[in-house]
This record gives sequence, structure tokens and C-alpha cells, in this order.
Amino acid sequence: MNTMSIVIYIAVMAGVTYLIRMLPFTLFRKEIKSQFFRSFLYYVPYAVLSAMTIPSIFYATGNMVTAVIGTAVAVALAFFRQPLIVVALAASAAALLADVVMGYL
Amino acid sequence: MSAFLKGMRHGIPIALGYLSVSFGFGILAAKHFGALVATIISMTNLTSAGQLAGVNIMAEGNTAISGYLEMALTQLIINMRYGLMGISLSQKLDSTFNTPRRLVASFGITDEIFAVASSQPGKITANYMYGMILIAFLGWTSGTFLGAVAGEILPPSVTDAMGLALYGMFLAIIIPPARKSRGVLVVVAAAAGCSLIFKFLLPFVTSGFAVIICAIAAAALGAWLFPVKEENA
Repeated sequence: MNTMSIVIYIAVMAGVTYLIRMLPFTLFRKEIKSQFFRSFLYYVPYAVLSAMTIPSIFYATGNMVTAVIGTAVAVALAFFRQPLIVVALAASAAALLADVVMGYL
Repeated sequence: MSAFLKGMRHGIPIALGYLSVSFGFGILAAKHFGALVATIISMTNLTSAGQLAGVNIMAEGNTAISGYLEMALTQLIINMRYGLMGISLSQKLDSTFNTPRRLVASFGITDEIFAVASSQPGKITANYMYGMILIAFLGWTSGTFLGAVAGEILPPSVTDAMGLALYGMFLAIIIPPARKSRGVLVVVAAAAGCSLIFKFLLPFVTSGFAVIICAIAAAALGAWLFPVKEENA
């Protein structure tokens, strides 16, 4: 992709992200009353993260076997409420270990 | 201790977490666009999910208006939560937190900064937020840069494995609340199912739009079936 397109993409990405943060924080003085809308906003982050993770996580290492092993470790640690950084690094470490072990098989 | 230093101190754990996660982002982004672009994206955006989705859209290489529109819509949906956090946080600002200060501090509203700032007793000042944002920003951008540079040095087996770090963090965010709340569980399952349908049955829909459609549908389903009580929303 040419430099101009990359600049436009980054400007759009950063501009929209800033406006979403800035406008409500600066202008909003009242509370949202609609229970449906409040609930919708509450669920959005979980929906976004889930849709972004599945199925992309299985392709994230370029090898589905190591990705599935890393994912299983992440799911298990997240299930037992380990901190974000522990889950993130353990997923990578498990995938790397699986890759090394498979090299010897 | 000044509010600025206190904010920096409260931001240290956030910065350490960002350092490791943005390392993974740096590797991913630099594979497509190099270390400079990866670092600029982190400096100007300061958000994980939005940046990852953004880089995926850029990697599709669409240089037509439709690509930029997809980018704008994707960021709008993925980062919409920051709008709600901003509304919530705006109720906690001390009286010296005027409009110019809000314009600056709003740049640093992230999940973690929001969580720490809103858990403080009493009102919060602009200097407190500046301190926390500065250190989190340094962690996020330096981690990206280090990951992007390391990605060119480290063996592919290591950088491939690091690609899982961001997704691992996402799982750590969604799984614990899904255990506690049936609403979150249904939303997470619905979004994942929807995403699989797009991937395998409707592959002509680009990744950004698939995430938007699935997120709106799953969150609306959750809001309809499991409305959230006031104190949680």
C-alpha cells in the first residue's frame, strides 16, 4: 500500500477514536436513561472482543496446532481469573513451547 | 504528593501490562507496515482492540473510499465503550477540570485508566489523569516499538507465538465476567458464533464489517434478553 493511503488510514483511525473519547467526556452532562441502550453499551466490549478473537486466534501463530494449545492454556488461566498479563504471556509461551516440541517429533 | 505523581504511581501497573501486550501488537503491525508505522499507530490511538482491527483492515490493502469508511465504522463500534466511560467519568471530575483539560485528558480514556480513575474515592483532577495517562502512554508506545524492532530480530517461531498475546488478553477480559453473568456468556457465545458464520459461510464480507455486525447483533441480543440493572451498566 502507498504511503498516502497509510497516512489516511491512520488519520481516520486516530480521528474517530479521539472523537468517540472526547465528545461525550467534554460535552455530556446528563445520564443515559434508556435501560436497553445502557445494557447494549455494557455488552458491546464483550461482543467486540469475542468476535475479534474467534476464529482469528486459531490463525494467530500461522500453525493451528500451536494456536489451539496456546488458546487452551489462555482459556484455562482466564477461567481461574488470572491477571491479563499472565494469561497473555502464558498463551504465547505455550504456543512457543508446542512449536519447539513439535520440531523434535 | 502532587496529583500528577500520584497518577503516575497508579499508572505503573497499567504501563507494565501495556508494555507486554503492545509488544505483541508491535510484532503484528510491523510485519505488514514496519516499525515506524506501528509506533505511530500506537502513539495516536492508545487502544488495543481498535488498533488490531485497524491493522487487519489496512492489511487488506483497499485504497478506495470504502476501505476508509470501513475503518471509521469499525473504530466507532469497537471504541464506542470509551464514550460511555467518558460519560461516567465526567460525573467524577473536580471543578477545575475545564473544557481544555477535558480535551487533553479524553485522549487517554482506556479500559484500564477508566477502571483505576473511577475507583478513586472523591473527585479526580486533570493532573492526576495526566500523570496516569503519560506513564500508560509511554508503556504502550515503547512496547510497540520494542516489539516491532524485536520482530525483525527474533526467530519467526517466537514472533508467531507472540501473536497470541493480544488475543490471550482479550480472553482474560471476557471469560471471568462470562462465568458470573449469563448475559455476558450469551453475548460472548453469540458474537463468536456469528463471527464463525461470517468466516466460513460469508467469506466475502471483510473482517472489519463482520466484527461490527456481530458486535451490534450480539450486544442487542444481550440487552434484549438480559437487560442490565442500573448499578452494573
